[in-house]
Amino acid sequence: MARRKLRIEYFAILRDRAGVDAEELDTEAGTPAELFAELSERYPFPEPGQLKVAVNDEFSDWQVSLADGDSVVFIPPVAGG
Amino acid sequence: MTDSGDIRYSRHIALPTIGAQGQQKLEAAVVLVVGLGGLGSTASLYLANSGVGQLLINDFDRVDATNLPRQILFDPDDLGRHKAEAAAAQLKRWNPDIQIIPLPEHLERRALKKTVADCTVVLDCTDNFASRWLINEVCAATHKPLVSGAAIRFEGQLAVFRHEPGQGPCYRCLYAEADENFEDCAGQGILAPVAGTVGCMMATEAIKLIVGLPSKFEGRLWVYDAMTGASRSVKIPRRKDCPVCGPPA
Repeated sequence: MARRKLRIEYFAILRDRAGVDAEELDTEAGTPAELFAELSERYPFPEPGQLKVAVNDEFSDWQVSLADGDSVVFIPPVAGG
Repeated sequence: MTDSGDIRYSRHIALPTIGAQGQQKLEAAVVLVVGLGGLGSTASLYLANSGVGQLLINDFDRVDATNLPRQILFDPDDLGRHKAEAAAAQLKRWNPDIQIIPLPEHLERRALKKTVADCTVVLDCTDNFASRWLINEVCAATHKPLVSGAAIRFEGQLAVFRHEPGQGPCYRCLYAEADENFEDCAGQGILAPVAGTVGCMMATEAIKLIVGLPSKFEGRLWVYDAMTGASRSVKIPRRKDCPVCGPPA
């Protein structure tokens, strides 16, 4: 299975839970959904349905194909005022 | 502009990108701030002091003690008062030369649309998705620019939507079915100055829209994490099936 190197950044609660701001990951995950599932085994993350994902600074579908060198950010929704 | 106005706003006028012309645009502008919590208090304070000619400030709620740390227009004497009225009284003290119109009611769709129709820019400083979706819909229908801000815990977000005819994205492209329960599980606390940071950003973006300066946040979400100081802006793609700005079938 193809492997790819991704840069992942964590915001807010995800940064809290992961304990790091960002990391590089060598992974077989081919989509943000697969990547999040893999990360959720390492960190106590919330359900992905409550989050948004951005690939290369554009909000993206959870099923988009990830390429080597992509940057992935998971962003919790905020509505407070 | 009066002579005293020239002096008051001289530091704006000294900016080549604002100048006397930009300041006159601010004086001619009508701005609606919906929600006078941590974001709306801060944004309306800067907009009033910056010389926005007509400021409409809307909130149906009353001031309570938990508001005071971040809702900086209010002091302990305001407890129990309508936020819109307390805020208007305070803002008039800061800038007696502008018109400040308190709207201490819940604006339903029709009333909101009527109010927004007269505005140059709208600031969404509310605290729930239902209000945010309604404000976005009304601004999209009336083609009014919207500055949307949000803050919770150590987190801030901001986006600008121009709502030009036939164009997207809009707020609904960003949050379509966001789960409001998320904030419950992550906690409802907020660090007071984080709301102020976002409120200041919102005022800045509103002024830029009024004056005609470009915004880097048009159709993008700026996300800020005050714990690390990290921020980035993420492009919001237009949803083909967006019920608000999507192209007609």
